[in-house]
Amino acid sequence: MLDLPDSAVLLGASAPDWQGAVLLAGAALEASGAVTAEYAARMVAMVEEFGAYIVIAPGLALAHARPGDDVLKAGMSVVTLAEPVVFGHPYNDPVSVVLGLAVMTADEHVGEIAELANVFNDPRVIGQLAEATTVDAVRAVLQVTQ
Amino acid sequence: MKIVAICGAGVGTSGILKVNAERALARLDIEADVTATDLANVTVAAADAQVILTSPEFVEALGKTNADVIVVQNYFDLDELTAKLKAALG
Repeated sequence: MLDLPDSAVLLGASAPDWQGAVLLAGAALEASGAVTAEYAARMVAMVEEFGAYIVIAPGLALAHARPGDDVLKAGMSVVTLAEPVVFGHPYNDPVSVVLGLAVMTADEHVGEIAELANVFNDPRVIGQLAEATTVDAVRAVLQVTQ
Repeated sequence: MKIVAICGAGVGTSGILKVNAERALARLDIEADVTATDLANVTVAAADAQVILTSPEFVEALGKTNADVIVVQNYFDLDELTAKLKAALG
């Protein structure tokens, strides 16, 4: 599983809209050293191009973009929102948890993606993340290390 | 049997869909080759696929295809995936 340092987690954050929420997930990825500032805008652009498909489960968005020069290393970030925001998804709005994901190559992290899927197959996990008040609690829910 | 999971970047969401589709297929005892790809490569990747798994946003962009298109609401809900795959393949 990808590591989750303290710098990659923002709890109870405020975002005015979905763009703001995705930019926060990008800022957390940048703070942890995974990406440069440009990556956040590319994550927003994915949704502008393709729609709100990154809202893959009720209340959860998996923000990400393709590999690129702005990805320094693979990383994950977690942003929980004090007030959920609407992404425009037909079933899964509003979103209270945004995961940011950055990878160097498309195939490199298949194993970690599978572990992530494994964690979220428990339907309680999104609610547990939304209610987490400490970074340690987030790591415990996601079964990841610092 | 070939199944293709589609997303915008071919990196994150389609990977999760692939993993959970494989779990659902194992439940159904169906052998299939599941690949993840992005919209830009779907014409090639899905040319000989029986089933395309994707989210509601991509259905229109997929255009005409001979494959069964399964629209997935919750990527982590194995019951939903299993039921929809069973209906398409069973």
